[in-house]
Amino acid sequence: MSSLTVLRPGLLTTLQDRGRTGFEDRGVPPSGALDELSFAIANALVGNPAGTGALEFTLLGGQFQVGPGGCVVAVTGDMEVFIDDQPVPPYQCHVLRTGALLSVGRALTGARGYLAVAGGFAAQPVLGSVSTLLRGGLGGFAGRALAKADVLPLAAPSQYLPVAARAPAQRFLPQGERRPLSVVLGPQQGHFSSAEIQRFLSLAFQVSGQSDRMGYRLSGPVLKHLKGFDIVSDAISTGSVQVPGSGHPIIAMHDRQTTGGYPKIATVIRADRARLGQLKPGDWLRFREVTVEQAETLWCERQRLLADFLDDLHRRYRRRS
Amino acid sequence: MSNAEQAPGFRIAPIADHALYVDFGEVIDAAVNQRVTALAQRVAAADIAGVTSLIPTYRGLTVGYDCTCIRQAALRVQLEHLLAQPDTAAARVRCWELPVSYGGAHGIDLEWLAGQHQLDPHELISRHSAVSYRVYMIGFMPGFAYLGGLDQRLHTLRRETPRLQTPPGSVSIGGMQTAVSSVAAPSGWHLVGRTPARSFVPSREQPFLFQAGDEIRFMPIGTDEFDSLAAQPDYLPQWAWRT
Repeated sequence: MSSLTVLRPGLLTTLQDRGRTGFEDRGVPPSGALDELSFAIANALVGNPAGTGALEFTLLGGQFQVGPGGCVVAVTGDMEVFIDDQPVPPYQCHVLRTGALLSVGRALTGARGYLAVAGGFAAQPVLGSVSTLLRGGLGGFAGRALAKADVLPLAAPSQYLPVAARAPAQRFLPQGERRPLSVVLGPQQGHFSSAEIQRFLSLAFQVSGQSDRMGYRLSGPVLKHLKGFDIVSDAISTGSVQVPGSGHPIIAMHDRQTTGGYPKIATVIRADRARLGQLKPGDWLRFREVTVEQAETLWCERQRLLADFLDDLHRRYRRRS
Repeated sequence: MSNAEQAPGFRIAPIADHALYVDFGEVIDAAVNQRVTALAQRVAAADIAGVTSLIPTYRGLTVGYDCTCIRQAALRVQLEHLLAQPDTAAARVRCWELPVSYGGAHGIDLEWLAGQHQLDPHELISRHSAVSYRVYMIGFMPGFAYLGGLDQRLHTLRRETPRLQTPPGSVSIGGMQTAVSSVAAPSGWHLVGRTPARSFVPSREQPFLFQAGDEIRFMPIGTDEFDSLAAQPDYLPQWAWRT
């Protein structure tokens, strides 16, 4: 099988898939691609089954040399892409010959990009997933981020011949949206006065530099607790907005601890998780309240649109094969 | 806080559109924790389509769901129905016998801790290994077990400065709890010993040893036995059902 040799690893590049489910009761967070939309589209563009592991770039891509046999790749996210120093568009699959140089530059908007290869990377799943969990050293390639000179083995390519068509994926680009992030209040909104909840819902927060795959620390307004900030630990969900003693909220992300002891004022809804995943340090954000029913309707609709879109891409592959 | 036996109080709260949280109260208490694990077992047995995860903690159960399969309103009705059923006969509990090498290089805080509590180190060991602990929850790191039931005489405030790294298998004391760690991790708890059992091995057929609701009893062993057990790659500690 072919391989990719890492010439430049980027700032933080890890192998991710849809994450490991069913082990949160044993202290293992889900991990997985922070922008599940761009991740899913990258796989579809190279004809991979949904959920095949892909590289996740953080702010900056990397440079790779293609091993013997060549490969077919697609990059998603708003990233600059070059093949042998020639700019090529993202959201399109490219056939790379042996020795080709694939360079992925910086993210023009948003924080994350994805590189999928036809057939996927040959990595050993851990607890049912190849996602890298840096804290714990699980999954991915040796449980860590890519480093210079790593040789990433590729699995056998899929049976579908890819098409060199650009995916009309713009409507799924989460980083283009500037609307407030939708939240459902709770589960510990009772630890805040209604005036404080109104401040949370009306003020702007900034993603601080201390933000990673575990959580985003927000700077800006300080939120005051009604009755202390220590609670008996309970489970933390992805998207939950914890408020520690400092009053600066932390949004829990995919590599978070599974349990923790700060009150959670609100939780970002499922449909806005991909947008959350594209936020970067320095970005400003606001929150708006929705009901559970509104959130569920948004997510079901989003899933239906995505399924139709991916089906359409896959149909095109089948016609070509 | 309410008396858990008399007042079967609980609160169900949404965690956005992907989980429901059943909260039994702001306490660390065996009776409350038993209600959590009992509900987790009943929800698991009910096998509700669309339920994706069950995460028991000290004081509540988080039930994850996929709203393309079941809506929260319908799930809430099912959970309320399960909560209304009386607790059935005591569930079977898995009881572990966990060998621990106390003190020395395996428990660097044991002497200091004994001094703090004006105990002979041997008495501290016998107090720590005299009781069965309940696994209240698994959290912090993969497989890290928080245990309740620590002798009051051994309750100790955590270290002011956490250590950046502690070895896997560390048995430690923090506040009113004791714990068994699984992987190397930072910790602000006091290290009293180390078990050669590995509570998280991703490649093992059963990757994890413990789950919430289990019981653990520590068996003091010497460093020779520690070395011999640690050298066996497939060593597993003994356990038995208690009904």
